[in-house]
Amino acid sequence: MDCQQTRNKKTLDQSNNIIEVSNLSFSRNDRLIYDNISLTVPRGKVTAIMGPSGIGKTTLLRLIGGQLKPDSGKILFDGQDIPRLSRKALYQSRRKMGVLFQSGALFTEMTVFDNIAFSLREHTALSESIIAKIVLMKLEAVGLRGAAQLFPTELSGGMARRVALARSIALDPELIMYDEPFAGQDPISMAVIVRLIRDLNDALNLTSIVVSHDVEEVLSIADYVYIIANKTVVAQGTPAQLRQAQSAQVKQFMAGEPDGPVPFHYPAADYQEELFNHVK
Amino acid sequence: MLSKSVSGLGRQGLSFIAGAGRAGWLLFGALKPAGRGLKLLPLLIKQLYVVGVQSLIIILVSGLFIGMVLSLQGYTLLVDYGAEQSLGQMVALSLLRELGPVVSALLFAGRAGSALTAEIGLMKATEQLSSLEMMAIDPLHQIVAPRFWAGVISLPLLAAIFSAIGILGGHLVGVEWLGVDTGAFWAIMQSSVQWSQDIVNGGIKSLVFAVVVTWIALHKGYDAEPTSEGISRATTATVVQSSLAILGLDFVMTALMFGG
Repeated sequence: MDCQQTRNKKTLDQSNNIIEVSNLSFSRNDRLIYDNISLTVPRGKVTAIMGPSGIGKTTLLRLIGGQLKPDSGKILFDGQDIPRLSRKALYQSRRKMGVLFQSGALFTEMTVFDNIAFSLREHTALSESIIAKIVLMKLEAVGLRGAAQLFPTELSGGMARRVALARSIALDPELIMYDEPFAGQDPISMAVIVRLIRDLNDALNLTSIVVSHDVEEVLSIADYVYIIANKTVVAQGTPAQLRQAQSAQVKQFMAGEPDGPVPFHYPAADYQEELFNHVK
Repeated sequence: MLSKSVSGLGRQGLSFIAGAGRAGWLLFGALKPAGRGLKLLPLLIKQLYVVGVQSLIIILVSGLFIGMVLSLQGYTLLVDYGAEQSLGQMVALSLLRELGPVVSALLFAGRAGSALTAEIGLMKATEQLSSLEMMAIDPLHQIVAPRFWAGVISLPLLAAIFSAIGILGGHLVGVEWLGVDTGAFWAIMQSSVQWSQDIVNGGIKSLVFAVVVTWIALHKGYDAEPTSEGISRATTATVVQSSLAILGLDFVMTALMFGG
């Protein structure tokens, strides 16, 4: 009976969401970015957050990582409310998170090897020989074991992104957040990163959040997708459900149409009025 | 019009207070003990090299020339009164009390302060500071603290070297070139320079300048807008504000130390 209860509890824990954002509002310089937004990220899945540029997708990752504080609402990570954690507790929680920044954010004065070994040296008491083995395993996972002694300035954009990915999984985090992982990549690098995100998620039993506006790449790997626009979630579902969505806003985004609910033109005064009656 | 300028003044005042608050928080966060003493040692040694050792050339060359000019100007003035024997005293006191701490701090602000601001500003722009935070490593401990201590340790030593090489420059011109008696040059200097009045006070000055210049440089870099224009503005602000702070504080400290 006890055994059955333990198994049930374990199943319940595993089905829990690793992140629960509820009624979150956030504004920056008096500009409202999120208005009462709620979303969940299930454990072990790849969850994508998509939306047009400039709507604050990266901001959402920073809110989850505790680098920004919301005006109101909760952000639960592993049951802990991130905005209300003390600095010490927040840093403890971050050990369970990995972030792949858009720029890679590698430390330029260190080699690729040292970049990946950095967090292991800081957070563990492992010997250098064990650290070296872990680093080589992480580099092997992203196919760059041969680049261990190069400096970040010697890497191509795609390679730097993969090194940053290896660095973000160095401490075996529970959650990894990808900020625009496909931006500025050539087709080969993009395909490699797409495959890596899915493979690493499944092989290491991670939970992944992918923030991107590259529709096809995201839909090919995501288990669940949120589309954010106008300060809130405008659509959510599995990739198949979103492909069938009837909402004009979702259809415009998925098909990449230049004009629609998200207008081509930035709000401006009447065109003729401005052309003919404009007094400087 | 009037209300506009009053509100502009108010905005500037608020922004200054907010900036001072952020600078205070930065220093407090960097100096708070985090139990990482031994891990910080290699970082401190590296920064001592970057901030201190790499500033040596400019300090040595400037110190030498300033000592030489001081000696030349002093000689032309003292010789009219037949007091050229006191040249050593004049050179040493000018360097130890004023020129050593002040000029080396100004050079340090231009050479090391601007480099610290640009480096940290660029780390911010390339998300390296953010990535440290997300790797659960506090950038205030990892980046700011070793640079702060390196600045505080380096500048007083650089100022001492500046004064020493300046005195040698003064000797070179006064004794070797202009023919002042070498025994009088050193003996009068030795009898007139006092440990607590001159050397300690000069040391206190350069320590204060070290804290202020390094603090301004680190704060400007950490607070820089993460764009190329923002980093350029921050670097300029470091040099301008540090220089003004050095000269202003020098007057206040001179008044307190030697005024009465």
